Amino acid sequence: MSEHLEKAQITKKISDLQKKKIVPNTIIEELKSELKGRELTAKQLDMIVKEVINSYEFAQIDPGSAVGTVAAQSIGEPGTQMTLQTFHYSGVAEMSVLRGLPRLIEILDARKNPSTPTMRIHLESGAEKDEEFTKNVSRRIELTTVNRIAQSITHSFSEGTITIKLDEKLMSNKGIETETVINKIQLKRKDCKVKVDSEDKFNVVITPQKELKFSELPKLAEKIREIPIKGIKNVNRIVIMKDKEENYFLQSEGSNFSELLRIPGVDPTRCYTTDINQIAETLGIEAARNALIRESLFVMKEQGLDVDNRHVMLVSDLMTHTGDVLQIGRHGVSGKKNSVFARAAFEVTVKHLLDAAVHGEFDPLKGITENVIVGQTIALGTGIVDLTMSPNYREYTDESKK
Amino acid sequence: MSSEGYKTIKGIQFGLLNPDTIRKMSVERIITPDTYDSDGTPITSGLMDGLLGTIDPGQKCKTCGARVGSCPGHFGHIELSRPVVHVGYNKLIYKVLRATCRACSRIVLDPEEIKEVQEKMNDYEMQWGIQDYELVEEIMKKSAKKTICPYCSEQQHKIRLEKPSTYFEEIDTETGQKQINKLSPLDIHTWFKEIIDEDCKLLGINPKYARPEWMILGVLPVPPVSVRPSITLENGIRSEDDLTHKLVDIIRINQRLLENREAGAPQLIVEDLWELLQYHVSTYFDNEISGIPPARHRSGRALRTLTQRLKGKEGRFRANLSGKRVDFSARTVISPDPLLSINEVGVPKNISEILTVPERVTEWNIEEMKELVMKGPRSFSGANYIIRPDGRRVDLRYARNLQAVADSLQPEFIIERHLRDGDIVLFNRQPSLHRMSIMAHEVKVVPYKTFRLTLPVCRPYNADFDGDEMNLHVPQSEEAQAESRILMRVQEQISTPRYGGPIIGAIQDFITSGFYLTRKEAWYTKNEASQLITAAGLEKLPKADKNPTHNPKWKGKTLFSLLLPEGFSFTMRNNLCQKNEKCKKTKCPNEAYILIKDGKLISGIIDKKAFGAEVPDSVLHRILKEYGSDRTRLFLDSASRMLTTNITLRGFSLSASDIDIPKDAEKKINGILSKAKEDVLGIIKQFEDGTLERQAGRTEEETLEARIMETLSKARTDCSDVSASYLHSENEALIMAKTGARGNMLNLGQMSACVGQQAVRGQRIKRGYRDRVLPFFKQGDLSAEAHGFVDSSFRKGLNPIEFFMHACGGREGLVDTAVRTSQSGYMQRRLVNALQDISSCYDNTVRNAAGEIVQFIYGEDNVDPAKSDHGKAVNVGIIVSKILDIEAPDPLIEEIEEE
Repeated sequence: MSEHLEKAQITKKISDLQKKKIVPNTIIEELKSELKGRELTAKQLDMIVKEVINSYEFAQIDPGSAVGTVAAQSIGEPGTQMTLQTFHYSGVAEMSVLRGLPRLIEILDARKNPSTPTMRIHLESGAEKDEEFTKNVSRRIELTTVNRIAQSITHSFSEGTITIKLDEKLMSNKGIETETVINKIQLKRKDCKVKVDSEDKFNVVITPQKELKFSELPKLAEKIREIPIKGIKNVNRIVIMKDKEENYFLQSEGSNFSELLRIPGVDPTRCYTTDINQIAETLGIEAARNALIRESLFVMKEQGLDVDNRHVMLVSDLMTHTGDVLQIGRHGVSGKKNSVFARAAFEVTVKHLLDAAVHGEFDPLKGITENVIVGQTIALGTGIVDLTMSPNYREYTDESKK
Repeated sequence: MSSEGYKTIKGIQFGLLNPDTIRKMSVERIITPDTYDSDGTPITSGLMDGLLGTIDPGQKCKTCGARVGSCPGHFGHIELSRPVVHVGYNKLIYKVLRATCRACSRIVLDPEEIKEVQEKMNDYEMQWGIQDYELVEEIMKKSAKKTICPYCSEQQHKIRLEKPSTYFEEIDTETGQKQINKLSPLDIHTWFKEIIDEDCKLLGINPKYARPEWMILGVLPVPPVSVRPSITLENGIRSEDDLTHKLVDIIRINQRLLENREAGAPQLIVEDLWELLQYHVSTYFDNEISGIPPARHRSGRALRTLTQRLKGKEGRFRANLSGKRVDFSARTVISPDPLLSINEVGVPKNISEILTVPERVTEWNIEEMKELVMKGPRSFSGANYIIRPDGRRVDLRYARNLQAVADSLQPEFIIERHLRDGDIVLFNRQPSLHRMSIMAHEVKVVPYKTFRLTLPVCRPYNADFDGDEMNLHVPQSEEAQAESRILMRVQEQISTPRYGGPIIGAIQDFITSGFYLTRKEAWYTKNEASQLITAAGLEKLPKADKNPTHNPKWKGKTLFSLLLPEGFSFTMRNNLCQKNEKCKKTKCPNEAYILIKDGKLISGIIDKKAFGAEVPDSVLHRILKEYGSDRTRLFLDSASRMLTTNITLRGFSLSASDIDIPKDAEKKINGILSKAKEDVLGIIKQFEDGTLERQAGRTEEETLEARIMETLSKARTDCSDVSASYLHSENEALIMAKTGARGNMLNLGQMSACVGQQAVRGQRIKRGYRDRVLPFFKQGDLSAEAHGFVDSSFRKGLNPIEFFMHACGGREGLVDTAVRTSQSGYMQRRLVNALQDISSCYDNTVRNAAGEIVQFIYGEDNVDPAKSDHGKAVNVGIIVSKILDIEAPDPLIEEIEEE
């Protein structure tokens, strides 16, 4: 038995391997942690390194592989096994979140307004254990309309006024004063006079300056109900939660990412939303690509389906490779193909043909469907080979010799 | 490539047909609206004119002289006496009218503006190689707003399009009244004719291939008869194609319009006829235009005209171009045969005599080929056709003297011989959701009429034998056969690209049998052991294991070890593992610790986790990774034969008595249930009194529901546990559930103890009558049984109310599946369509058909998931442990820690 290697020798050998850049760094890291504290001989180390390289090279993908189709199938096939239910979930609080197949379809559709967007909001470090601070931040984010803090909203036809009776408890809970309410309403409805009732400071009286028709007063009251007092648009509910380390964080129902990042007290580097388009707008396309991967993998994992990351990555990369988030379907990736036949064979056949004619388009027959349509070999797998041998090769050479 | 001798199409140019081109390519001007004479001959210059090609077999085409198969058909044309608008282009015509000047036909934009957009457009084209159609829309919008032409100072007027295809110009006169001018297609034609080529480009029209005035039709091409063949019914009556009917209409009206015009008929009548002509031409192109009634057949059925022929799932594109019907294929019911290899498929003899493989006669195989020919088409493993070098086919069914034909064989002849053992064929089951839905098998000709396949391959096909049918295709060329054999064979597909684990593996009875074979109680006599190893294809019995009796006996583990590759070592834990903090390893009372050393199974029971289908990181998976697909196939084949024999020797069944539980268990269960119901009533009481504590984020009602559901679900689990504790460990149903062969503990509990709460949409059943599900309950009754809690077990039977509730839950499941399949089907179609062109390239990038890079390196490490080790490129842990000969890291330990 030969001598065991020194620690430094092992590290050197591995960093040599790293420098050669044959194997990705993730594997190097794994190798390092695997060999930590192990005793081994030079021969064994050589064998391990060789085996790692062999194994990696064996697993390389063949040029011409139909990685796209395989990815599509690998994501589509488990779709048949997914649940259809929108389920209540999200820790203690009942928050309805779309999941399973409908959520996956939503992600691939790159829908502008997903049905149940949520944000996960982290607070500035240092303030994460402060309950009061958390509540404060939460108040700044959660949308509070007049309706939410009012005990009652009544209108009197005889006086032509609308009276809002504010709920004292709710007000202090949300950290709102009567003053702010008046200001906000006044700002929105410049055509009304907004005043505090002289007898009760929690009564707000609104008098329209113009004489209103009989039916218009209740309508106005409805509009006033919806006037936002505090918080950001579309964020209808905030739930305060604790993570494993007893740090507070917020979970929202509804999403408005660009506004959220401006709220003081929020750590903008750690916030997350499930609305991919909002991520693309605020953080850019690379972030959107990562969000797509994360969201899709989350759906799969939650449903207990095993799907390789590479497939999800490919789909996400395809959806974002132009710089915009494209939908998987006729309004996105499929509709932007440069082949007339490929588009026509998918959906809205006739429109594509008619348009192609006036545009004088040329179909270069590079894709799959086009070549299937004209009956030629497709450029995938063994079909990517352009090299051919003349069956008369031998005769040629023989003749030329003569 | 076998494409030698074929030309390849580099590309296809789209464009509008120039009227002159239409006339030029036409072989005949069609004037007569009739098709055939009374004696059945086509009328000259009629719609079935012989010049347009032939559909009668045996008749020669009058234009090209070719017969049915080789004559492509020839276009004719109709001269329309007045031009009409092409329906497909109404929108565009409208936009162009608005964008251009009514007098000089220039785009109504200032020269500077024109210059600017021209530059923009050129830039875009330079950069992306395609036209910027968004800019085109912008130009159209901008120019439509202008009121005075900058070139000729003509006042522009509002254009109105009255759907479907009438155009008006609304002129505001000085008196403030609107004067409405109709723009006839003729007017539009003269208007468009003057649009200059540069302007066309800005309007998104490529003047090289499509002049705007060509959107107004003066000449109509008449498609050849082969496009619209007439059918002769049994009674001899000719039935014409829908297109022919439509063309007849067009010609008829066209003729009448012409006659009326020449006779100087009043303007009104001419206009009416013109409109009628427009209608017929419009419906000829598209019979589903909104706003106009579809043209109908005499029977009242809407005609299927050009657009309808192309569109949709049954349209030309999806039904005939993207997917084509093929020869050399077969379809029949499948049935199981555990003795076949996973690489094989049983093909019925009848089918093998119809499907053929072409084989070239050479000097080396001529004798064999002669024999095949002599056997002929009617006896097994013969041949059906001979193709001579000059391309002539000899149908052996009609050959008088097979001997003579056989003698005439020479090299270069091609024999289409029957399918026989060892041929490679493709086998498929719909829906083809992934690439393992079509795999290559080797033929094994079998009697009777069904395709036969082994059970492990059911999983990738998602097949069972309750009447499933499958398709079989025979690759014809040598290349196709070679590619099938190398790339598509079942053994090459064991590892799924979805997650890099085996998708083919043991299922159902194999797993049960694996349990019985490898547990420590399993001992076999010489007789039995011999049977088992013979079944597995082995010949030599190993040394008998030590045992207390004097007779030589073998452990099941010893016999199973024979199937494992030599030198194979692996450790894992199976499904029986209780996940205790401290693992007793080989001394595990459940035999959950599988230890394989040097190809010997030392401890542990082989169950689903060890060699089941769709289970990664198993014994099977390791064999695949370390010994390759050949060895894995051998392992699976021999294992399934040995295990089938084993379970046949033992016998395996379950009966109602398996789920019987003793009286006192029943008592316990009843106790649990009545306790739970009391609890529920208590919660309801609290709710009614208003003392129920609200859970965070829930209303009182929701809290109530959640609490009730929780209580009842716990009751059901408790009942299950009670019944499970009374089941004998040798209980067949229990063994199946524990090993993962079929069913789970929940199923068992439902059968023996209590079915439990039935749910619709994740909640207790609520719908039905007002405030109650069924009229047997009081309104507003919140109790367990009023909302679908089923006390009884399946064994005991459900009472009518319970039965109804159970049916509610069951129905939801059925609806769910039905909706889901259609939804996920469409999602997959879209995914595949979007991604199908994407492939990896020689430079490691991933590109689409246009050559645009989607990824610089596939999956960030260029690793094929199918060749990966459950997603990992390299399983470092295994490599290190193998080389250092230490125990591999245990994923289960981490699992326990995580929990």
